[in-house]
Amino acid sequence: MPKPYTTLLGKTVRSIARLRGGGSALPGLFVEKIDPTFVAEALAQLPRGVVIISGTNGKTTTTKMVTELLEAQGLKVFTNRTGSNFVRGVAAALLGEVDMKGKLDADIAVLELDEAHAVHFVRTIAPRYSLLLNVMRDQLDRFGEIDATAKMLSAIAQRTTEGVVLNREDPHVASLADKLKDKNVAFFGLNPTLSHLFPSDDELRSGSKSAKITPIADVTLEEFSDDEATFKIDITKYTTPLKLQGVYNIFNAAAALALVRLIVGEACDTDKLMASLASVTPAFGRGERLVVGGQPLELVLVKNPAGFRLGLSSFPASDYATMIAINDNYADGRDMSWLWDVDFDSLHKVGVSQVAGIRAYDMALRLQYDEVEISQVEPDLKKALRHFIAQHPDTPKRVYCTYTAMLTLRRELAKITDVEVVS
Amino acid sequence: MSHNIHILQLYPNDMNIYGDWGNVLTVMRRLQWHGYNPILTEYNQGDTFPTEVDIIIGGGGQDSGQTVIQDDLLKISTHLHKLADDGTPMLIICGLYQLFGNFFKTLDGTVIKGIGLLDLETHGGNERLIGNIIIKSHEFGEIIGYENHSGQTFLGKNVVPLGLVQKGAGNNGHDATEGVRYKNIVGSYMHGSLLPKNPAIADFLIEQAVTRKYGEFVPTVIDDRFAELARDIAAKRPR
Repeated sequence: MPKPYTTLLGKTVRSIARLRGGGSALPGLFVEKIDPTFVAEALAQLPRGVVIISGTNGKTTTTKMVTELLEAQGLKVFTNRTGSNFVRGVAAALLGEVDMKGKLDADIAVLELDEAHAVHFVRTIAPRYSLLLNVMRDQLDRFGEIDATAKMLSAIAQRTTEGVVLNREDPHVASLADKLKDKNVAFFGLNPTLSHLFPSDDELRSGSKSAKITPIADVTLEEFSDDEATFKIDITKYTTPLKLQGVYNIFNAAAALALVRLIVGEACDTDKLMASLASVTPAFGRGERLVVGGQPLELVLVKNPAGFRLGLSSFPASDYATMIAINDNYADGRDMSWLWDVDFDSLHKVGVSQVAGIRAYDMALRLQYDEVEISQVEPDLKKALRHFIAQHPDTPKRVYCTYTAMLTLRRELAKITDVEVVS
Repeated sequence: MSHNIHILQLYPNDMNIYGDWGNVLTVMRRLQWHGYNPILTEYNQGDTFPTEVDIIIGGGGQDSGQTVIQDDLLKISTHLHKLADDGTPMLIICGLYQLFGNFFKTLDGTVIKGIGLLDLETHGGNERLIGNIIIKSHEFGEIIGYENHSGQTFLGKNVVPLGLVQKGAGNNGHDATEGVRYKNIVGSYMHGSLLPKNPAIADFLIEQAVTRKYGEFVPTVIDDRFAELARDIAAKRPR
């Protein structure tokens, strides 16, 4: 149990931070400073332990899926739903949930953690289960290289005590199984007919996968359309309607299913599992749909080449007005090189209405070299959003944005429409 | 219009991290805009070295990528030396920049042999040199990009730096040099990608290639306003 004064002081800081409308990490930072063992002690009470979800793309939506699927199986779940996937984000979320004695009323914790923070986290708290989604080029300016990121995931897997779920289609992730002989390993995968939709970075501009014997996956995505998907679980196929959009969200549903099956074990009710998956909605900013002036407006978070490419291929450009907002703050990554590894040909026909953000001109330059028409470049996000909405009153709209650009845009959108408050 | 220019991209399978495609795309598009027909050939490990090469572009890789290609690079070294001596323009970034030198000595003391086309040597470093970088070159003016490397490169007597560092670390973080110039070769640690935001270098490579092949180069005026504005912003961003 955490020290009582830590909980009291932390909760006080949290209330003050919320009154000020401040960020979600500050109270967590405060608690980390006054009592570094707070998070470990609060989580140690949980009867079914801690689950960690990490990888480059899809953590937030997958964590949301896993949480809701576990709840449908009757578990009480603690999670860090802010997308603030650093340890202090976990601390901040804990402060909101523990009672004054520091007791957490939950069976299990499902935490999304940034790779580097997860490595740090597992040193003090060994997770019972972990789910490792993928390793893609992202934030290389922070971590150095892909190989370094793969090593971080390996460290998380090694510290996991019971079971690890791995992406069979990502060579960096799948190969981690070789060193996990003493643990339960389950894979999620794709029917081979779909694998062309998910090229790994190594295959970006070149050849196909080399032939090798692939392990059997517990859950595979077999096929999908706009509003439903078929998964093969063990040997049985299940088709379910989905509210999630985008190929990567749907693939990560296979990951969530495999993880939940591993955690719940034989008690798992598969019909309930599929029914609860059907009702999961995307996490904020991950293909989130808002309504502005009677027209849908979608926010698609982009933060690395693979994610941006998948976003472009998941959401067809026709019939939509498009805006792209690129910032280069620390949380976005400072290096703009990644924009050059995304292919924007799919926007060629319809063009881009607004290009915005601190690095708007870098983005415009990128589009110029793919010969994509741009109506306007406006670095100021608020102005750009206003123009964008005013110029397309009768058209559905889609905004591709980096993390900090998304935060600003959501704040602006909250003034004119309903935006879920996540704290 | 059948003025073809053949671009050879070296090792795109293993050495294409950090937007190296942006350099290839920039050369191809600008050739098109200048009225020429770009033809891209990829050279990967074990391929037959092509006979027609007007511009060479090579990029960076991870350590694992470098391990894969280093022996193959030695095999095509004679071709590359001959093309360089003939004045073929080349842009060589990061990992291949290191391997075009004399050697790369890693932190644990392993010496990886380079092809010795550029008189420079690289020593593995403990610190990763990462961030926005601006250098000044008398040929190209201000060059703006992003660096991300741990190798520290030192230039020999037979080459000159591409430019002098105004902000950032450069070749090694000590002597204020960045990159290399030798014959028609431009070597650098700068990503960003380098060429889109530095069209002067792209047009230099194009001009050399076209002049060698067709005797003269008549440039068109290209609208580089976005590049100018992107440069202005990049120059003001934190490291």
